[in-house]
Amino acid sequence: MKLFLATLLASTAVFSAALAGETLDKVKARGSLVCGVSEGIAGFSAPDSTGTWAGMDVDFCHALSAAILGDATKVTFKPLTAQNRFTALQSGEVDILSRVTTYTLTRDTALGLDFGAVLFYDGQGFMVPAKLNITSARELDGATICMQTGTTNELNVADFFRSIGKPFSPLAIEDVNELNNAFFNSGRCDVYTGDTSGLAAWRSSLAQNKDDYVILPELISKEPLAAAMRHGDQQFGDIVRWVGFALIEAEEKGITQANADEMKSSADPTVQALLGVSPGLGKALGLDEAWALNAIKAVGNYGEIFERNVGAKTPLGLQRGTNALWNKGGLIYAPPAR
Amino acid sequence: MSHPAENKPAAGLFESLAALLRDRTVRRWVFQLAVTLSLVSFIGLLVAIAAGNLARQGIATGYGFLTGEARFEISESVIAYSAANSYGRALLVGFLNTLKVSLVAIVLATVIGTAVGIARLSSNRLLAGVAGAYVEGLRNIPLLLQLSFWYGLLTVTLPVPRAALNPVEGVYLSNRGVVLPMLEPHAAFGYAGICLAFGAAIAVLLNRLAARRQERTGRRTVIAPAVLFVLFVPVLAAWYFGGAPAALDMPRLQGFNFVGGVRLSPEFAALLFGLTAYSATFIAETVRGGIEAVSAGQSEAGRSLGLRPGLVMRLIILPQAIRMIIPPITSQYLNMTKNSSLGVAIAYPDLVAVGNVTMNQTGQAIEVVSIFMIVYLTISLAISGFMNWYNHRMALVTR
Amino acid sequence: MTGMLRPSRRRSADFLRSLFSTWYNALITLALLFVAFKAVPPLANWLVFDAVWSSPSADACRLAAGACWAFIREKARFILFGLYPYGEQWRPLLAVLLLVGLVLVSANKRCWTPWLLAVWPAVIAAVLVVMAGGFAGMAAVPTAQWGGLPLTLLLAVVGSAFAFPLGILLALGRTSGMPLIRSVCVGYIEFVRGVPLITVLFMASVMLPLFMPAGVEIDAVLRALVGMTLFVAAYFAEVIRGGLLAVPKGQFEAVHALGLGYWAGMRLVVLPQVLRISVPPLTNTLIGLIKDSSLVAIIGLVDLLGASKRSLSDPEWLGFYREAYVFVALIYFAICFSVSRYSRRVEADLSARQKH
Repeated sequence: MKLFLATLLASTAVFSAALAGETLDKVKARGSLVCGVSEGIAGFSAPDSTGTWAGMDVDFCHALSAAILGDATKVTFKPLTAQNRFTALQSGEVDILSRVTTYTLTRDTALGLDFGAVLFYDGQGFMVPAKLNITSARELDGATICMQTGTTNELNVADFFRSIGKPFSPLAIEDVNELNNAFFNSGRCDVYTGDTSGLAAWRSSLAQNKDDYVILPELISKEPLAAAMRHGDQQFGDIVRWVGFALIEAEEKGITQANADEMKSSADPTVQALLGVSPGLGKALGLDEAWALNAIKAVGNYGEIFERNVGAKTPLGLQRGTNALWNKGGLIYAPPAR
Repeated sequence: MSHPAENKPAAGLFESLAALLRDRTVRRWVFQLAVTLSLVSFIGLLVAIAAGNLARQGIATGYGFLTGEARFEISESVIAYSAANSYGRALLVGFLNTLKVSLVAIVLATVIGTAVGIARLSSNRLLAGVAGAYVEGLRNIPLLLQLSFWYGLLTVTLPVPRAALNPVEGVYLSNRGVVLPMLEPHAAFGYAGICLAFGAAIAVLLNRLAARRQERTGRRTVIAPAVLFVLFVPVLAAWYFGGAPAALDMPRLQGFNFVGGVRLSPEFAALLFGLTAYSATFIAETVRGGIEAVSAGQSEAGRSLGLRPGLVMRLIILPQAIRMIIPPITSQYLNMTKNSSLGVAIAYPDLVAVGNVTMNQTGQAIEVVSIFMIVYLTISLAISGFMNWYNHRMALVTR
Repeated sequence: MTGMLRPSRRRSADFLRSLFSTWYNALITLALLFVAFKAVPPLANWLVFDAVWSSPSADACRLAAGACWAFIREKARFILFGLYPYGEQWRPLLAVLLLVGLVLVSANKRCWTPWLLAVWPAVIAAVLVVMAGGFAGMAAVPTAQWGGLPLTLLLAVVGSAFAFPLGILLALGRTSGMPLIRSVCVGYIEFVRGVPLITVLFMASVMLPLFMPAGVEIDAVLRALVGMTLFVAAYFAEVIRGGLLAVPKGQFEAVHALGLGYWAGMRLVVLPQVLRISVPPLTNTLIGLIKDSSLVAIIGLVDLLGASKRSLSDPEWLGFYREAYVFVALIYFAICFSVSRYSRRVEADLSARQKH
């Protein structure tokens, strides 16, 4: 028993000591970043027919790898289910979880995670077949609602119906294919609930005709989506957070993928600091001074990432809305990079 | 001079140690202790690593989460449950759902399996062939695949509630399941139930008395009419004098779904159907093996007594075969209970499905998986305990 | 008179007579024929006559009343090989052939020599190397892209290869006279047999990573393999224990009399007999393992069943789940049925030998 306790204490001590700066060293030593993504959610992380991953979550991993390793292609993508995503991160199977994950208090604390900058302000909504002629979520009294297990959606929908005091019948399915089948194909459920961006993504990829389904106007929750990393590795946490902020700052300052190199000669001291012309920020993060420049050159600024993957010209056709910059009526805001 | 004297005990100690190791019993104990200790320390190391991992990432541990509010809904439940209840109660709901589907499937699979097992030995070769094809076909395909298929068939093929099939007044078939009319609750049903319990007790007593009398006198008393009388007449009387309630709670379409009546969800139906059809093949094989193991002489003797084949089966073969059948069939029952956990793949809220949700919302993977293990081990111990008791009883009956 | 008929004709005459031998047999026959009359034509229409056998898109299928085998034509390679890179799919095909060959060779009694023990690790290593690649011009393929039939076979064959020796050790431990060892083995066997495989797989996929020291990662496929191995070892152990109990006491006494040690006696005298009589129940456990390997689809691996499920989510070909499941069911059936036929043949051989 004594031996056991001693081993326990010793291992705890060793592991806690080894943690600081561990992820960054590991990524540098390996020469690549292992990024946990979804099994395929169009616009956020989905493989195309040649197996190349694309989407906002994917682009963020490319930006991160460009900032850390100077090469945006040094990323290995690991598809994770809603179920096993957190253990995959906790156990070190992935360095970062960039997988439409909502930032919540429980996840930040009891699950042992930390979160980066919020890169997408989503909200949970309802999608129904247009032929039902439903205009508000309050009319969904007694409906069968499909949702994915292991998500915040499952809790929000129960909270919502409790608050309006009406019953509903849940159908919680883990497998996303089975879930989509239940709504789009068999009609086992009347309503599909999830983050509205996700609903739009499924509608654009699975519906025969996009107008057969409508997304109801009510948003029943706040779903700030952010990249997650292991709790306790402060340095890596800082890097993830500030790469996100740098992409936002770049949009605010008008730095784009195309003009990033020219902008180095900008007179704006903030731009000069961000792009590493006046050194300091890179060193503070433990990275090369060209970290932000590399990230922007790899994937563009926040606005470019948004428009390319989920914007109005894509099949998802999302408006900027809450995801516009703070000075354009949205919530996207980066603390000053100085 | 003192030199050898000092050295001797040391050499003796070494020698006696070596001798001790040569001793078979001691050597075996040393070996056992070594193996056990290394196992224990290996497990200890794993636990230590896990504890360290959890601690440094600040993951909460312990079973405290069970009292926390679950905040998710469950699609079907035997007991009252809402999102305001605790995780503990949610897991209880899952456990009861596991029991519900397992028990019904066990009863159905036993009946079907026995029938198919006997049919495989039928003198009618067509029947034997059909039964054989059923057994070989279904038991060589993974249960999970069969469940997915039946679930797909039930949900895709059947219409939406608004276009539900209505074969008989009050019965609706749709992709939300089957809804049936249900008698509206009334006090008279309670009285009838009490009468039924009493009637059953009296029937058991009558059977005992008849058996004792047969042992004493060798004559068989016909008790069937008496049994039927005590079972049904008081029940009917209680119902009639209690006010003869016959009001039915008819299901009707309201909004999205049917309200009223009783509902069988497609998840439950697919799981029940798949589990029953699959497990019945194994039970059929067990029954067939048991019957074939009863020597052919027994059935010849029965027939030479002038008994019809059906009676030979019922009175001579089955009672003997049953002793051989019970142990493998109980392990089949255990398998069915464990296999019901595959319902998680088709959204049936059994223990594993609810546990999964809990695991996700709380992050307490180790605790939830340990609950799974404890619950299934308890069920397994209970079933094997029952099997031992039954074997013991059967052994007493034989002479 | 009947003796003059050829055997096959006599058999069919017997068959026909059995259908109407008694009044209730006649009744059963008529009932079965009625059901067949009602059920067979629509089924045959769906399966064959109304089916769409080839079509470049799903449109033709949606108009037809029958099955859409064009879907299987379109998706067969995806269902069989999963997400494995399209151009490299000769490698999983080779892996399947190697594994099937290994099993066929092992099933042949003439090949039951010590050499077989060396062939197994060699072939398994070859399969893993071919699948993983990363040398000699073969692109490296991470296990996350392994899938379909090779993954199913890999889990079953490699799982049983590891579980088999572990099962023998557990069985020996459970029957040994050493109380501590015995209780450890009994505890393990009963524990594993008491819980469903899916919880063991959850443990392997969700919990195992937490039990690893920081920095040590276990691949998802390997994790499932570890879970299945530990699970099936307990079942193997019980089968082998049954075999050990069936070996006559005299054999153990003979080992003693010859002065052979425990391990030598087990290896040379007892185990060969045990394994021979345990072949039928062992193959039955193997069938169970093949079927149970489909459970890895629940923890997110793309095995044969998992791949067929994913093939259903192509927006172009939505809703042909019956065709996909029938196709996959036929593959599983072909594998499991031939293994069970084999097991029955060995069983008949054994009982024939015992009667001599």
